[in-house]
Parts: sequence; structure tokens; C-alpha cells
Amino acid sequence: MPPVAGPRVHWVSVVTIAFLAVFVAGVLALIAADLCYTSPQAMADALRSPEVRAAIRLSLLTTAATLVLVVCFSIPVGYALSRYRFPGSVVLDAIIDLPIVLPPVVIGVSLLVFFRTAIGRGIESVPGLQFVYTPKGIVLCQFLVSVSYAIRASKAAFDGVDRRLEALALTLGCTHGRAFRWVALPMARNGLAAGAVMAWARAVGIFGPLMVFAGAVRMKTEVMPTTVYLELSIGRIEPALAVSMLMLAIAMGALVLIHALGQAHRWWGT
Amino acid sequence: MIRIRNLSLRAGDFRVRDVSLDLATGEYFVLLGPNGSGKTLLLHCLCGLLRAEGGTLDVGGHDVTHAEPRLRRIGYVPQDYGLFPHMDVSRNVTFALRAAGRSHADALRELGPLLDTLRLARLLDHSPLTLSGGERQKVALARALALRPELLLLDEPVSALDGPTRAEVLEQLRTVQHQFAVTTMHVCHSIDEAEAVADRAGVMIDGRLVQTGKLAELMERPASAEVARLLQVKRNTKC
Repeated sequence: MPPVAGPRVHWVSVVTIAFLAVFVAGVLALIAADLCYTSPQAMADALRSPEVRAAIRLSLLTTAATLVLVVCFSIPVGYALSRYRFPGSVVLDAIIDLPIVLPPVVIGVSLLVFFRTAIGRGIESVPGLQFVYTPKGIVLCQFLVSVSYAIRASKAAFDGVDRRLEALALTLGCTHGRAFRWVALPMARNGLAAGAVMAWARAVGIFGPLMVFAGAVRMKTEVMPTTVYLELSIGRIEPALAVSMLMLAIAMGALVLIHALGQAHRWWGT
Repeated sequence: MIRIRNLSLRAGDFRVRDVSLDLATGEYFVLLGPNGSGKTLLLHCLCGLLRAEGGTLDVGGHDVTHAEPRLRRIGYVPQDYGLFPHMDVSRNVTFALRAAGRSHADALRELGPLLDTLRLARLLDHSPLTLSGGERQKVALARALALRPELLLLDEPVSALDGPTRAEVLEQLRTVQHQFAVTTMHVCHSIDEAEAVADRAGVMIDGRLVQTGKLAELMERPASAEVARLLQVKRNTKC
């Protein structure tokens, strides 16, 4: 759009930029308050405690497992949503988006109820498949809360791939599977990666469903958000702050990575 | 030899009906017709991207009417060239050979003469996004010819090019087509373009192939007033 003649500073720009500045200043003030409350030494000491280190280790292990599951599910589901038309697609879309809009704690309650049904008890009776109050339950909660984000990103990424190129690959000797692997998948990779990072960051931060379904047992089902809650509940603010700062750094890193992948605009559908 | 018999297909409400045509090996056939007459749909059906409702397609003695696109031995160059933007030129041109199991290096060696003819060797490490329209057209042509198809389908191959580039690409199309003796069906709107390359031409109107023959015959003895009007309009507008 060509530049519009007139004053360089307009009241619209002043007002909108003022709102932007207030918002950014508010967020920075919260972070600054956290940083000023404690000292780097105190934070380092807190992060060295066995409970906090165990929580960080379990967070990394469970979210890594969740990430693998999320990637395995979101790519085929996103592709199917992008390429095929289903009867009742409005309902299907709503079901897929449900974990995004639902309070996460409801997912924990639903899981707890499900594992009290005959099917749930049957699953739990299989050796090695115990979910309630176990690290596997943490993975299940993280997966259910975060997979919808990755599916949405995956669908948007495949929507951005010209399906005629996949068709063309068929005329060049490809099977449908190879056309997917050689054309659709690499062309969608940035969007898929951004969705996976977003889902992982979401999984790192969930708390409500874990408290209900996996519990908050120290050194057993304790992950970083649980640590923040447990430390605050016994009045130890510095370890809680240290873990909070770590989660903040993870969230910032994830968002920077998503923007670096150039997919944030697609992710948010704008 | 390509033999099309009573081929029919449907896309939404539009139908292509009873197309019958024989193409001799090495023949260059140009299909003319107004926008929306079904030319591109016919190409999609021939290369297997659309299912035929009826009729048969025989390629080199094999009935491929219901065969998968990859088994038809038909190369297709779409109007916008359809280059894979995430691959460089060398990966684009070797795509079909790699899909057939060759290594990238072997495929490049095998394609050497074709790449020399099309003067593509210097562009191999370029991204398709940085190429001119004429260069993209040549890359798409090399990619489609890599598997030595029995039939090459070109959908308005020079419509997006400027005048001098168009003439150059048409000349190269003819050279490559002669050199590799590939039967070619070329869809376009322009009589001048057809005159530059065609051994024979056909006119498609409203989903029907209404006349085929030497271009001069079509001009001198159009089968209907509609064909005459189309050829006259195309001649006058030189589109």
C-alpha cells in the first residue's frame, strides 16, 4: 500500500501503540518482579535440590514421550482433515478442538472417571499399562491437553501445500505414500515443527489434570508445575520461583522457535 | 501409438464426451479450444488424475484406462509448471528416476543428454523459485521426459511467457520432441503457437473433440461455423 499523505503521527497510531506499550510493560513488570524477589544464587541453590531436579527430569522425560505421541498422531490426523471431506465435519472439528477450549482439569476428571469404567479397568489390568497416579498418566494428560494444538497446526500446514503438486508426483512415478513423504511432508515441515513445539510447550505447563489424575507425589509424579504448587503450599517461595523462571524461559524459547519457523501467522489462522 | 476411444468423463456438471483420437508415435498434436471447453480435463483424464466414465485409453498397446497415473507412461507438464519448490532443479529433474529407484547421481548421469539439449546444466543447484518463466518451463519439461514417456501432455506450455521467450521455448519443444521421438499433445489457444509446432491439430468445443486434421485443413475447411469462428477469432486476436 502506498504511504498516505498527512501527518506522520496520527491519534490512531498513538492510541494503539500506547495500548501495546502498556501490555508489554505489564508482562515485563511481572517478570521483573519475579527476578527481583530472588537472587541468582538462591535460584541456583533451589534448582540443585533433589526434589526440583527430579521434577525437572520427569518433566523432560514425560514431555519428550508426549512429543513423540503428538507428532505420530497430529501428522496423519492433520493431513486427513486437510485433504478429505467427512460427513459431520463440523462436529468432528468441534471434537478435535474440545481440549483447547475445555478447562484442563476437566480432562483430568474425565480420565479418572474413564479408568473407573470396565474398559478403563481392563486397560489398567494389562501389565505395564497402569495410568492412574503414574508417570504414564502424566504423559496421557499431557497428550490429551496438547495434541489438539498440533493437529490444528498440522492441518494448517497441509492446507498450505498445493495438493496439485502431490497429484503431479503421481504422474512422475510416485505411489500415494511416496508423494506424501516426498512432497506434502517436506513442504509442510515448518508448520508441523511449529505445531510440535507449541504442543510440547503446552505439555510442559499443564497442571490441573495432573493433580486430579496423576497426583502430586514428591519424587514420583512430580513435574515442574506440580513443584511450583507444592513448594508454594509449604511457603517456600524461592524454589517455586526458580522453577517458574525455568518454565518461563522454556515458554519464551518455544515461542521464539515458532516465530523463527515462520509459522506463527498460520498457526493462529491469520 | 496412442489410441483414445470414446473417452468420457465428468467434473461437476461439466462433461467431456466421446473423445476418440489416434496419435502416431512421435506425432506432435495440438489441441485448440476456447476456455472451459474441457481441454485440461481431458489431459487430467489421460494422465490418470481424473477417472474416465467410459471409453478406453491405449498407450503403446496397453490398455491404461483405469491404471494408476504412475503406471501409464504418460508425462504431464501443467500450465504453471508445478515445480517442487522445496527441491533444487537437479532434484526436480531427477524426481521420476529417483521414484523408480535410481540414485540421484545415477539419475543425473542418465539425464545428461536431455539436460544438455535443454541447456539446464548450469541451473542444477538453483531453486525453482529463482528461475525465469522460460527456465521453469524447461525444468518441468525435463522432469516430465525423464522416464521417457510414451505420451507427453503439455497444458498451455508457453502461455505465461513473453514473446521472444515463447518463440525460443516452442523451438526447444520441437527439438526435444524430435530428438526423443515422444508423442506429444499440446493444449493451447493460439493458432500461431500451433503453427509453430503442430503436425496435426484438433478443436475441442463444449466437451467434444469436433474436428482433427492438419492445421491448414482446419483453417480451410472448418467442420462447423463454431470451429470457423473459433479459428478466425484466434487468428485475428493472436492470443
